[in-house]
Amino acid sequence: MRREVTSAANVNNDSTSASPERAHLFIKGQCVIPYEDVNRDRVNVCVTSRTDCHARCNFYLELRLEMEKMTRVSTVNGRTMFCHLDAPANAISVCRDATQVVVAGRNIFKIYGLEEEGFVERLNLRVGRKPSLNFSCADVMWHQMDENLLATAATNGAVVTWNLARSCRNKQEQLFTEHKRTVNKVCFHPTEVNMLLSGSQDGFMKCFDLRKKESVSTFSGQSESVRDVQFSIKDYFTFAASFENGNVQLWDIRRPDRYERMFTAHTGPVFCCDWHPEDSTFHMHKVLHRGWLATGGRDKMVKVWDMSTNRVKEIYCVQTIASVARVKWRPERRYHLATCSMMVDHNIYVWDVRRPFIPFATFEEHKDVTTGIVWRNQHDPYYLLSGSKDSTLYQHMFKDASRPVDRANPEGLCFGLFGDLAFAAKESLMTAPQSVGDVGRKTYPGGDRRYPIFFFKKPDVTEQFAQVSSALSVFESEAGSSVGMDWFINTAKSYLLSGKPFAELCEHNAQVAKKLNRPQESTTWTMLRIMFSEPANPSLSTNHNLNKSGNLPLVNSFSMKEMSAALNERNKENRQDNLHSLETNLNNNDENEETEGSEGQAEYLFGDAELDDDDLYSMEHDNQAAEEPEYLLPQEAFPLRHEIMDHPSAPEPVQEKPESPHVSGSETESTCLTPMESINLISVSQLLFSPHLPPKFFCPIVKEMLCYYAEQGDVQMAVSVLIVLGDRIRKEIDELTQEHWYMSYIDLLQRFELWNVSNEVIKLSTCGAIMCLNQASTTLHINCSNCKRPMSNKGWICDRCHQCASVCAVCHHVVKGLFVWCQGCSHGGHLEHVMEWLKQSKHCPAGCGHLCEYT
Amino acid sequence: MKEAGVDLPQALPSGPSAFIPIEEILEEGAAQEVMSGALLSEGRVNHINMMMGLHPTYLNCFLRTQNALLQLDGPLPLSWRHFIIILASARHQCSYLVQHHSTAFLLAGGDESWLRGLHCAPPKIQHLQTLNKLLAHRPWIITQEHIQELVCPGAEARWSLAELIQAIVLMSHAHSLASFVWGCGILPEPEQSGDQSLQLCSPTESCSPRDKARNHQEWSEAVNEVKLLMERMMMVQQQGEEFTQEEMVTRFERERTESLLEHADVQRSVLPDCFSRFVVDADFTYQDFSPRGVQAPPTMRAQDYSWEDHGFSLMNRLYGEMAQLLDEKFQVVCALTYHTMAMHSHVDTSTLRKAIWNYIHCIYGIRYDDYNYGEVNQLLERGLKVYVKTVACHPEKTTPRMYFSFWRQFRHSEKVHVNLLLMEARMQAALLYALRAITRYMT
Repeated sequence: MRREVTSAANVNNDSTSASPERAHLFIKGQCVIPYEDVNRDRVNVCVTSRTDCHARCNFYLELRLEMEKMTRVSTVNGRTMFCHLDAPANAISVCRDATQVVVAGRNIFKIYGLEEEGFVERLNLRVGRKPSLNFSCADVMWHQMDENLLATAATNGAVVTWNLARSCRNKQEQLFTEHKRTVNKVCFHPTEVNMLLSGSQDGFMKCFDLRKKESVSTFSGQSESVRDVQFSIKDYFTFAASFENGNVQLWDIRRPDRYERMFTAHTGPVFCCDWHPEDSTFHMHKVLHRGWLATGGRDKMVKVWDMSTNRVKEIYCVQTIASVARVKWRPERRYHLATCSMMVDHNIYVWDVRRPFIPFATFEEHKDVTTGIVWRNQHDPYYLLSGSKDSTLYQHMFKDASRPVDRANPEGLCFGLFGDLAFAAKESLMTAPQSVGDVGRKTYPGGDRRYPIFFFKKPDVTEQFAQVSSALSVFESEAGSSVGMDWFINTAKSYLLSGKPFAELCEHNAQVAKKLNRPQESTTWTMLRIMFSEPANPSLSTNHNLNKSGNLPLVNSFSMKEMSAALNERNKENRQDNLHSLETNLNNNDENEETEGSEGQAEYLFGDAELDDDDLYSMEHDNQAAEEPEYLLPQEAFPLRHEIMDHPSAPEPVQEKPESPHVSGSETESTCLTPMESINLISVSQLLFSPHLPPKFFCPIVKEMLCYYAEQGDVQMAVSVLIVLGDRIRKEIDELTQEHWYMSYIDLLQRFELWNVSNEVIKLSTCGAIMCLNQASTTLHINCSNCKRPMSNKGWICDRCHQCASVCAVCHHVVKGLFVWCQGCSHGGHLEHVMEWLKQSKHCPAGCGHLCEYT
Repeated sequence: MKEAGVDLPQALPSGPSAFIPIEEILEEGAAQEVMSGALLSEGRVNHINMMMGLHPTYLNCFLRTQNALLQLDGPLPLSWRHFIIILASARHQCSYLVQHHSTAFLLAGGDESWLRGLHCAPPKIQHLQTLNKLLAHRPWIITQEHIQELVCPGAEARWSLAELIQAIVLMSHAHSLASFVWGCGILPEPEQSGDQSLQLCSPTESCSPRDKARNHQEWSEAVNEVKLLMERMMMVQQQGEEFTQEEMVTRFERERTESLLEHADVQRSVLPDCFSRFVVDADFTYQDFSPRGVQAPPTMRAQDYSWEDHGFSLMNRLYGEMAQLLDEKFQVVCALTYHTMAMHSHVDTSTLRKAIWNYIHCIYGIRYDDYNYGEVNQLLERGLKVYVKTVACHPEKTTPRMYFSFWRQFRHSEKVHVNLLLMEARMQAALLYALRAITRYMT
């Protein structure tokens, strides 16, 4: 740097870089400005060391002091306000004393005064009848030392400076047309009056001395377009530049030949960067310290880099929902920064970088993308100004911001797949009702390592998030209890949805439901069969069913209801005998079916090794239960089960039946039943004798029934019926509802890893959106077995090592279908070949000597 | 054969292109590795890939994008994708693509009856027709209303945004690929029924100008042309002259409105049936921007809506993988250079490439504030401009004469390079307009 710097900068330069920091704090320590968040201890520490550096930074201190006084005094009490601009804004900048703001865009270049009541237009810098492209601004910056000095970056590649002190209308002072392409950013030196930096699309950065007609030095990024340049606030000579290819470079203005440091910050362009304002309260212990740099990119991330270490380190990362156009640290709040996005999302977010999942505050006023944000005053965290493509200029008050945290629920509740219940809440809430938590409850306090809690425990003065430390409790369901979802799995596996005539499908599913002790579903299936079977030849279907399952369809529908009622009411002893006989009969059927219809188990022969055992076990367990007489199941299970999954209809028909002995026992459970359904059941039983009723007649009822099931949480039933009924009912239910049901059911199935069933459902669905699911994510990325590189090509030859990938160890041909491999030695091959091989030998077919185990 | 008295069809020119002799392609085809990839996946290398094989880095990217667009995950069913390509390429009367994708459409399980014409396809696809038309010929007209019509929740067969964006990419891909096919004179594949009426040109015609070019006098003339061009490029790179705002705008407008098309062939031939059944409103074509002042459509400023900043972000949101692939493809094509020019090597061709790219964007109404359109005039000779504008705007009117009359001294691979630039610039322009409309619809 030439010795043309002003005296202020000289001092800064000569003293160690730590001293200004401290100086700044002394101001605070002397309570020039009452800071609410200054840590007492730290102030004390500083006061002790005060004498050391006092002399050295005396001048600097005074300067800063003076500056701060100025800025402080002018602070007014404001409100959230806005004004309409004539054209979309591209950038805004505020003058040092925070009383004026400049707005620049393609068709606008104006200065507005910030009054208590609103914005007042002070000056229009766009003069002349046909303003040149030099007025078409991509960026603007107001000098922080000289309140008359502005610089703009023009889209045609010009860098223009403006002097408000000029007496004529045209305030343009200097024009630099050295860049060949659009200039994306201009930046004044924070302490140096005459130094201006620009970064352009042509890949160059230029440093201008405003007293000269040409640039003083040119920095070549040796890469693509420069998107942002920012002088370091701490380090006089350093600036950061961000590039379109994802890199960030650090430069020393004295050395235009080579960047000092470069690192890749983002994938895709880095649109913006901002140095941490470094208030002196922080990092006092570090002597040579450049501080933090925040970068935002097209990859929707904001990253905070620690530049003080030898190797640049990413210390925080915030994931936003759209590409990040601007990022600005919030004054006086160490961990806060504001961002706005370039596309789609119009809000301004203020993040606490330590809590990257939820914005600390949001400003939602703009109707189009926000293009410029700036904190009104360098020492005031409560005012934010923003300009937008919707042609408005806003002043946001922090107190008016919406706080997403307030709307977020601090308690979390989630059901596990197998009926476990996890509950997270404030610790204070959790400790009190310790006595209530009884069976199977485990409380994990915040510190438990197995269940990490994502809240910060260390309180921080500047931290303004509500301090929530939470405890997580997990309630495990008892094995075999009714809360479990075994019924769901078993039902999903055993239901038949296609491949047989309609009546048979219904019959089969009715049997399945009954076997799983779900009488209402079973009855529903039976009713559906009766309702929708061909009315012209009821005898045929009846015969069919008789042969198949041995049940009389009509009588059956009633006897089953009775039976289920009996299950709930033990005191109906007079009936139990004949029921018992009937039931054993049914159970025999069940057993038969089990032996032949064991497809569910067959899947497991080459299923996932991990879950095999559990699932098999649960299946067997259930089957055993089903084989026992059902009324022996513990009675206690029922009320609980009804609380969670409603199966209310069982006692219903009994109520309606005139000869039913008494119904008192089931009163409570039946309250949630809609009266409609009971009528429905009865009317069906009567109507059956008039065989000419078209099946369409039932559609509204069935529709309501399906909705009922879905609302009760048994989406499985709703979807299964929907599929089995097919065209008979589809038109009655609107597409979106169907889609919703399908989605929910498929989601559930996939959580239980019932891939085959879920795929069947997808295949059988008629919703366009659902069928599309099968077209998504069908790609499987594989790595070459030789060189371990990804196989990018189609075909079976790795394009790197030119070897065939996945060769069968037995026949040495490429395996194009099922590949089975030993998890011990990772050799394998065609399923059949390996099976054959293992009949003869226990050793690996590849000859590696491993004793292979295939499960 | 002749003795047998069989009426032989006119012998097809062998090789992939009517303009470029096959030997040259094989000679320069250094793309063996990429080709083998294409070979493996499709069983053969089609003519388009052979031509692009002259620029293997590009071919690689192109194949990846095309594969992702047509084969991999996406909101649209496979057969629909091919059908949309058919619709799009029919607008430019590109029989090569129509036939190729008709076959693919059937292979993907498409309904054969759709191929009888657009009216047989579902209404949802028919609704695309307007957008297809605009994208192909005058993308700057596309507004958010067009998007709204398709996406509007009330509509009968509504398009989701994800589906729509894929359809838009498919269409603009097909339009620009059609430009490439016509621009390089790609010949039909052997198995495609050689509809004689659709032959691009007779082989004799195609070869004659080239022979002439070998004529000594023209040779030296052409050598001089190259020299002159290189001098101009140097000049453009060094000059730092200043222009007034007015001058810059005038230059842009001059390039944009310059009428280069030969009006001799105005008589509109009736569209062959194989296209007309897929095309509605066939008279709608690219229209020269009228001279300034007379209802000139607004210029799109590249700084206000660029691919890098805005287009990518939106696409990334709606169709992530494609955004990455397209971004890479644009980057590759813009950076593609061998530092050669005709017989010279170690030449920085960036200004020339930029001039071609910006010229195409210019005729599509996209203006770069920071570009001096005078450069276009200096660097692109009239023959090249005629060719570029024809291929970009009316590809079906490309003639061999146009192909042979510019850059006579340049290698064929360099002309293919021009075509690649052309194709991508055109695609990006169309995409930008469509994406801008979607952005406006979303806000």
